[in-house]
Amino acid sequence: MQINLSDMSDFARGSAFLGTGGGGDPHLGRLFCETAIRQYGAPKVISLDELDPEANVYTIAMMGAPTVIVEKLICGDDAILAIKKLESITGRPATALMPIEIGGINSTLPIALAARLGLPVVDADGMGRAFPELQMTTFNVYGVPLSPFVLADEHLESVIIEAMDGKSAESIGRAVAMQMGLAVMISCYPMKGADAKRAGIAGTMSAALGIGRAIAEGRRHGDPVQNLLSYLRTTAYYHHCREIFDGKIVDLLRETTRGFSIGRCTLEALDHSQSRMEITFQNENLVARQDGRLRAMVPDLICIVDRETGEPITTEALKYGVRAKVIAASVPPMMRTPQAIDCFGPRAFGIDEDFVAIENLT
Amino acid sequence: MALPGGPEHMRIGVDVGGTNTDAVLMAGHQVVAWSKSPTTADVSTGIQNAIQSILSDSGVSPKDISVVMIGTTHFTNAFVERKHLLEVGVLRLALPAARGIPPLADWPEEMKRAIGEHIFDVSGSYQYDGRTNSALDEAAVAAAADEMVRRGLKSVAITGVFSHVKPDMELRAGEIVAERAPGVSISLSHRIGRLGMLERENATVMNACLADLSTRVVRSFGEALQRLKIDAPFFVSQNDGTLMSGATVQKYPVLTFASGPTNSMRGAAYLSGLKNAIVADIGGTTTDVGVLVNGFPRESSVTVDIGGVRTNFRMPDILSVGLGGGSIVRTGGAVSVGPDSVGFELIRQARVFGGDVLTASDIAVAAGLAEMGDKSRVSDLAPDLVSRALAAIQFKVAEAVDRMRTSAEALPLILVGGGAVLVSGAVPGAAEIVRPEYAAVANAIGAAIAQVSGEVDRVFAYAEIGRDTALGAASAEAIEQAVAAGAARQTVQVIDVEEVPLAYVPGGAVRLRVRAVGDLVH
Repeated sequence: MQINLSDMSDFARGSAFLGTGGGGDPHLGRLFCETAIRQYGAPKVISLDELDPEANVYTIAMMGAPTVIVEKLICGDDAILAIKKLESITGRPATALMPIEIGGINSTLPIALAARLGLPVVDADGMGRAFPELQMTTFNVYGVPLSPFVLADEHLESVIIEAMDGKSAESIGRAVAMQMGLAVMISCYPMKGADAKRAGIAGTMSAALGIGRAIAEGRRHGDPVQNLLSYLRTTAYYHHCREIFDGKIVDLLRETTRGFSIGRCTLEALDHSQSRMEITFQNENLVARQDGRLRAMVPDLICIVDRETGEPITTEALKYGVRAKVIAASVPPMMRTPQAIDCFGPRAFGIDEDFVAIENLT
Repeated sequence: MALPGGPEHMRIGVDVGGTNTDAVLMAGHQVVAWSKSPTTADVSTGIQNAIQSILSDSGVSPKDISVVMIGTTHFTNAFVERKHLLEVGVLRLALPAARGIPPLADWPEEMKRAIGEHIFDVSGSYQYDGRTNSALDEAAVAAAADEMVRRGLKSVAITGVFSHVKPDMELRAGEIVAERAPGVSISLSHRIGRLGMLERENATVMNACLADLSTRVVRSFGEALQRLKIDAPFFVSQNDGTLMSGATVQKYPVLTFASGPTNSMRGAAYLSGLKNAIVADIGGTTTDVGVLVNGFPRESSVTVDIGGVRTNFRMPDILSVGLGGGSIVRTGGAVSVGPDSVGFELIRQARVFGGDVLTASDIAVAAGLAEMGDKSRVSDLAPDLVSRALAAIQFKVAEAVDRMRTSAEALPLILVGGGAVLVSGAVPGAAEIVRPEYAAVANAIGAAIAQVSGEVDRVFAYAEIGRDTALGAASAEAIEQAVAAGAARQTVQVIDVEEVPLAYVPGGAVRLRVRAVGDLVH
């Protein structure tokens, strides 16, 4: 499989959907990929099955603030440095790249870097969506250490972090990222092919592309949201999916706490039933309740899309009056095990409730 | 509302649209005369005709005119149609950042060809808090300027990382280019856009490619007034409904890109006396719906594509729906109106004008809401069909209004534009429907009543300096900018404060946008 120039807009749209409101606008990631693919050609995308158990798999991502990234854009050489630095620490040259998260801008970076370095990209990731913190991955849950962890900036300065655990690496890393200007490249979770097969979520790059294509195709035939749902039902992970609300945004509350955009978005039904849905978010959408009744919760996906075009709406772009549909979908079983729920279930976001899967809700 | 010149002086407002040039003569709050004439290719003849007509109608002497305000979509049209554009030297101050996404990366091929691909990347950038990220490489700027001269470029766009936070490097680079390449037109991004370097750079390049056209158009405005023996200064309205001088629009033509809809909304606010309302401007092809907040159009928070290029400059948040006097009415099964329209062919294709296309205008005539053409040509329409078509129109307007509402509270709806008669009954979601006099020339009136503004859009560290200090500093700076732009200090007030907390950034960093406006000193 390949992701070509002509696929990038669909891929970016699918990534925005899997970003569940967070992860930043993938537009810049898309331009970065397109620039790299024009110059170096499209990279090969390989499945976890095809991956050599002895392969050296590296991640590449950006850490910082979307509002800074839109100003500094993407350098690229810093990403190569982060990977090279990590190689020199582990003593193992990278043989494949893989996204940490498949939502937002970070799903696109490994494609561009793989093109530049002539490496394949692994069709898998560690989040199956987007999450706000670096330790919230299946890699971490299933025993792949986050450290050693390299941060690099556009001056080609780099910092190596060897932390005691994922959560500590995240908080040290965030402090360093701030000092480095809040738009830095990171490479971490260096792993063997065998680790990736065990701890990675297979097929999520294909899924992002499929989602983007389903929305685009639905637009040509008149019902993008329905087409999207039909597609999700054919996927291995997201098949428990449904439209949980059709309404208009009537209230929006946002505040910044602990470096995150935390808030609540309220929608009112368009069918005059007065029914309301409340979605709480911490960059990404966390919990959706309709008239007090739980409809979906993290880590299951809660995505707000434009009701006419199916275009995913990021948390930053939510505004009063937007008519939207809310789509909820299941995540892979490996993201719903007790240890996974400990890492990125409701309690990891301060919501003192047990996780209930979407298929067990009505 | 206090107006420049006071009630004893006469002001002229002009709106140069794609089809018509409207002019209005105002004395204080009174509309003395108004006219509509066809827009001409040279712009100035159309303006001259429109103004001549109101002067003749009113008998007012040209020397009694104290100020002329012009709104125009001419620059937008020129860019979209790729007419009269200059090739541009694109100078980006960012290295070592941003290398992965070169300038013009997201421009359509034909647009790139129109402006050439003269790209120059040099070192120089700030951090989000204004700290230097990389020093400006002055030698590289000079070398770039020399190369631009060698290539015969006449216009340069300069964009730096976080230049809207701190413009110093852009200003210095501008000085160097001016020294090495005398006579070259220079566009600086911090004067044009806000956060988001790619979009700001795009807008700056768009501006630069219009440099030659803007010089000619501004000159032709002046000449049109001269030929009319109007000695008064003229101003041009910008996207947010405020004014800039001829000299400013010559340098920053891109700031007029959305002035058309803004002026009609501001005109609607003025004519109705309402400051918070929804405005629907119903034209021949589309209905533009926007929201007035404190007398100004609410701005769009998302990027706006113009000619296929993403921009982030100040634009009113407008929802355009395919509904107007020329909208085609279909009657097979459910009755539908639009979104397609016969457009300027209305006077040939509509039933009442002898054509055979059933349009929204025919429905209006059949329902007795408007008088035009030959009413007998629609007498065969069943009353039930007419009322169902009117209901479909009503539904479209209601849906657009509902979508644009800023809060759950119902707001008044102001109807302007030639197609306003199409809406006959109550609109759900509108507290009341207001149909002001002179609604047909609301845009020219919007131009005539414009004010001047100042704006600050920057990231502040609330945790360090506190919210009150940050708000105070930003407000004071916005007021100073309004005064610098020509506002009378005692009339300046802060009309808009927007706080956006930055995600993923600890330390209470908040992006703060403050806008102040005031009346023009005259």
